Amino acid sequence: MTTILYDDRESAVDARADGAHLWLEAEALERATGWKLEPQGLCRGDACVQTRADWRDDAGRVDLAAFAAHLGQPMIADADTVAFGASVNARRDDLLSTQAPDFTLPDLDGTLHSLSDYRGKKVFLYSWGSY
Amino acid sequence: MWQVIYEELRDQGLEIIAVAFDTAGRAAVEPKIRATDIAERPAMLAGLMGWDDALWARQAPPTYPCLIDETHLVAELYGMNNVPQAVWIDEQGRIVRPAESAGTIDMVRHLNRETLELPDAAVAEGAQARNAYIEALRNWVHHGADSPYVLPAAEVKRRLRGPGESEVLAATHVKLGRHFYAKGALAQAKKHFDQAVTLCPESWNYRRQSMMLDPENVGQLNAGPDFWAAVDALGDTPYYPPADLAPVR
Repeated sequence: MTTILYDDRESAVDARADGAHLWLEAEALERATGWKLEPQGLCRGDACVQTRADWRDDAGRVDLAAFAAHLGQPMIADADTVAFGASVNARRDDLLSTQAPDFTLPDLDGTLHSLSDYRGKKVFLYSWGSY
Repeated sequence: MWQVIYEELRDQGLEIIAVAFDTAGRAAVEPKIRATDIAERPAMLAGLMGWDDALWARQAPPTYPCLIDETHLVAELYGMNNVPQAVWIDEQGRIVRPAESAGTIDMVRHLNRETLELPDAAVAEGAQARNAYIEALRNWVHHGADSPYVLPAAEVKRRLRGPGESEVLAATHVKLGRHFYAKGALAQAKKHFDQAVTLCPESWNYRRQSMMLDPENVGQLNAGPDFWAAVDALGDTPYYPPADLAPVR
């Protein structure tokens, strides 16, 4: 079993690592990343990416490593865990728009709050650490 | 500490969101926020952060959202490399002041490392910077888009450091580090945090977090020899560059 960390998801999937490749069944890929294999390509929300032939193997699995690399997402593997990060372009696009990037985090009681919940207010967002 | 300001300004449309970059999560964060500990917080912290006696005496537990960010996600999203830093976001969700020191100056340099005391002159200077920052915040709440402290979009972009490959890679290591920490695999967690620090040496959040990963250190103030060595290595570069409050046309 491989643990995939993608966005804020953590999923246990059957994945076959083979050199630089990471092969997942389409169902597992969707569960782990939210990207769904459609006739027109890999789709998520209103984005679709045309699937390249070398991203599929004979058994119909998808190479998540190749797909992530195409999106510019860093991939780091350690033991049975593989983590994916945001691409530089995605982060830069956020910042260039000067729109405050949304996020969802828990408070002390576990209640989730998103920045977008506070649209319509002036927000003073500050960071701190116990250290 | 911002509760005092919140009570003053919330009816005028200000929301405060506190985000704690703490991989140890609730265990690290809760004792610093809940009521019982407030009175016991060291006075040294007041001086370090520039809170004058009048404000410090009125401190109260926060009623605004205090969020826990174990993977330092908000640091990555907003380009924050140290704490405490703050971002101002308007009613339309636009950044009007990107990440900067939230009213602190480079007080860490003046700290006596044995006694953790600050000279009076430094304390006065810190209070002045803190009050100037609070005044700016008040001005924004009162005057909105007309406030001279609201930065034009071009200036916001100029001040924003777009991340590079090192930053996104470091953030991925932190994601892994937090995962292993949560599983109790401390050595593996530390390995990834150390990688993040190597990739982003200017990130004090990653550096200080990695030093505090041992469960016995959770929630402690990081004032050990490793921390001071890292501060000294800065040379003349400030640890907390003060907020540049000059209006920009």
